[in-house]
Amino acid sequence: MALLEVEHLRVEFETRRGNLIAIDDVSLAIEEGEVLGVVGESGAGKSITGMAIIGLLEPPGRVTGGEIRLAGRRIDNLAYDSMRRIRGKEIGAIFQDPLTSLNPLYGVGRQLAETIMAHTDASPTAARARAIQLLGEVGIPAPERRIDAYPHEFSGGMRQRVVIALALAVNPRLIIADEPTTALDVSIQAQIIQLLKGLCREHGTAIMLITHDMGVIAETADRVAVMYAGRIAEVGPVRDVVKSAKHPYTKGLMGSIPIMGREVERLSQIDGSMPRLNAIPTGCAFNPRCPDGMARCGVERPDLMATGGPNRAACWLYAPLGVAVHG
Amino acid sequence: MAEAGQPIVEVVGLARYFDVSKPWLARVLQGQPRLTLKAVDGIDFAIRRGETFSLVGESGCGKSTVARLIVGLHRPTRGHIRFDGVDLTALGTRAAQAPFRRRMQMIFQDPFASLNPRWRVRDIVAEPLRAFALVATGETVAGRVAELLTQVGLSANDGEKYPHEFSGGQRQRISIARALSGNPEFLVCDEPTSALDVSVQAQILNLMKDLQRRLGLTYLFISHNLAVIDHVSDRVGVMYLGRLCEVADAQSLFRRPRHPYTRLLLDTIPDLAMTGRARGPVAGEVPSPIAPPPGCAFHPRCPHAGERCRLEAPALLEHDGALIACHGVEEGRL
Repeated sequence: MALLEVEHLRVEFETRRGNLIAIDDVSLAIEEGEVLGVVGESGAGKSITGMAIIGLLEPPGRVTGGEIRLAGRRIDNLAYDSMRRIRGKEIGAIFQDPLTSLNPLYGVGRQLAETIMAHTDASPTAARARAIQLLGEVGIPAPERRIDAYPHEFSGGMRQRVVIALALAVNPRLIIADEPTTALDVSIQAQIIQLLKGLCREHGTAIMLITHDMGVIAETADRVAVMYAGRIAEVGPVRDVVKSAKHPYTKGLMGSIPIMGREVERLSQIDGSMPRLNAIPTGCAFNPRCPDGMARCGVERPDLMATGGPNRAACWLYAPLGVAVHG
Repeated sequence: MAEAGQPIVEVVGLARYFDVSKPWLARVLQGQPRLTLKAVDGIDFAIRRGETFSLVGESGCGKSTVARLIVGLHRPTRGHIRFDGVDLTALGTRAAQAPFRRRMQMIFQDPFASLNPRWRVRDIVAEPLRAFALVATGETVAGRVAELLTQVGLSANDGEKYPHEFSGGQRQRISIARALSGNPEFLVCDEPTSALDVSVQAQILNLMKDLQRRLGLTYLFISHNLAVIDHVSDRVGVMYLGRLCEVADAQSLFRRPRHPYTRLLLDTIPDLAMTGRARGPVAGEVPSPIAPPPGCAFHPRCPHAGERCRLEAPALLEHDGALIACHGVEEGRL
C-alpha cells in the first residue's frame, strides 16, 4: 500500500457563473520515502491538488469527488479538528514564500516550539532544545543564538530553511512542498533542494514536490506527474519523462525549455496557451494546441494509458487503434 | 549612424548609489551614520550594433539598475553612457535627450504592472507615437498600431481590448509592440520572460529573435536564468554586488567559465540533460550591498580566495579575449 493514495480526485469552485472544475479525475500515489514531482504551468491545478491533500482548499473550492488516503486512512472527509491534527504531524507543508509562512510577530524558536508542543507531549524546555537542534539540522549557523531572532532578521534562503525546519518539526511522513525554491536566487535554490532531499532521505519522509521548474524536478524527483488543465497528462519515472516524453504536451514543454549547451536557433514552441477553467475544450483538453491531434481527440477524453515504456500518458496516440495510425 | 559591429551603447565607469539612511531625526536620536547602497559601482561595457548583450547575476547585483540607468529612469551618480557616440549624461535637459530616448525602449518584467489597466491596447501601443510626435493623423496612428500588433503575433482587432483581457504572454507581446512603436534601434529587456510559463517563454524568446533579425535590433537582455541567457546572448556580462566580474562571448563563457563566481552560477543550474553530474557545493549567500566585503566582493564565498583578494578589489582585465576581474586569474592560479 502506498503512503498517499489519491483516487479520482475532483475539485470544483462554485461561482456565480457556474461550477469551475479545477481538478478533474486525478489519481496518483506516493510511496514511503519517495519524491513525486508534480509539474505544470500556471493554472494546471498542481497547487490545488496539493491544497486538497492537506485539506487547505480555500472556499468556494471543495473536493466534490474521489478519495484521498494517507497510509490507508481516508482523510478527505475528516472533520476540521481531526484534519488539524494530521496537518503538521503527518503531513508537513512548505510554501513558495517563506515570509508569508512565518508569523512576523514571533521569534522563529517560539514558532517551532509551538508546533512541536501542539503535536507531541514535549515540555517547553524540551521543545526549545528540539527547535535549536532542528535549526542546526537545516543549516542555520549558531542556532542557539539565532533561535530568538524574528523572521525579518533572516535572509530569504535562511527563512526557507526555517520553514523546512517547521515542516520537519514532528517528523511527518509526507511533505507537500509547493514551489519551495521559486522565490530564491539560483545559488540558494541548489542549497535548499539539496537540503530538503538530504533531510527527507535521512528521515524517510516522502515529498510531493510541486513546481513549474522542470530542472528542479529532474534533479530531485523519483517520479513525475505532468499536469495540464486539471488533469494528469503523463506520469512516469523522472528519467523517462525528461528524456523520452510520450505525451505531445510534455514533449512540447521539454522542447520549449532552454537547456545549457543545446545549440538551437529557435526553441520549439507550443502555440496558444492553457485554456481557462470556464473554457476547457471537450475531449482531450490539449487537443486545440496539439500537433498530433486526431478526430477522436476533440470528442473523447483519454485516460492515462500504457505507452510501451515506463511512462503512462493520457493520449489517444497510445490507444491500441492509434498506435497503428501513428506508429 | 554606426555600422554593424560598432558599439551602439558604451558605458564608462557607470555608478549609481542610493541613500538608504533613516530619516534625519531618527539618525540624530539613534546616533546612526548615513548609509549608502552602491547598487552599481563603476562598470564598463560596450554593446555592439545588432548583438544581444546580456547581464546576469543574482538579486541585488545591480543588473536592473544598469538597465534603468541606460534608458534614463535613474541618473548616474558618476560615469558616462554613450549612445551612438553621444554622451547622454552630458545632455542636461530632457528635450536634448529626447531624440536619443526614442531610439531606445524598454520591456519590463511584469506584464501585469507595466500596462495601464485603464487604457485600451491601441492607446498603450500608440503612446510612444504620440509622445515623440512620430505620426501626423489619427488614421496613420491606427494603421501603425495594427501593423505593430500583427508584427508581435496579435490580431489588429486586439487594439480595442483592455490589458486584463489578455494572458501574461499576450501582455508581454503588447509591451513589445509598445516598445517597437517608436522604431527603436536598441531595446533594454529587463527579465522579459521571468514572469511567464516556460512554453510561453519559448514563444516570447522566439518572437524577440525574429524581430531582432527582421528589424536589426540590438538588445540588452537582463536575466537571472542562465539557460535563457545562453540561448539568447552573443556576449554576456556577469555581475556581482554592483560590479562586473566577467565579460565574455556567450560560447566561451558557458564552455569555459573563468571567474569563480561564474563557475558557481553555472554549477547551480539544474541538470536537465540528466547526465548525473553532481552539483558543486555552493556555500554562502550574497552579502548585503550596503556593507559589501572589502577587497574582492566575492572573496567570502570564493574557494580560491587569497590574502590579496581580501584587501584589494580586482580590476576587469583581459585574458584570452574575455574580461575577468579576479586576482586568481590574473596571477595564473585559476
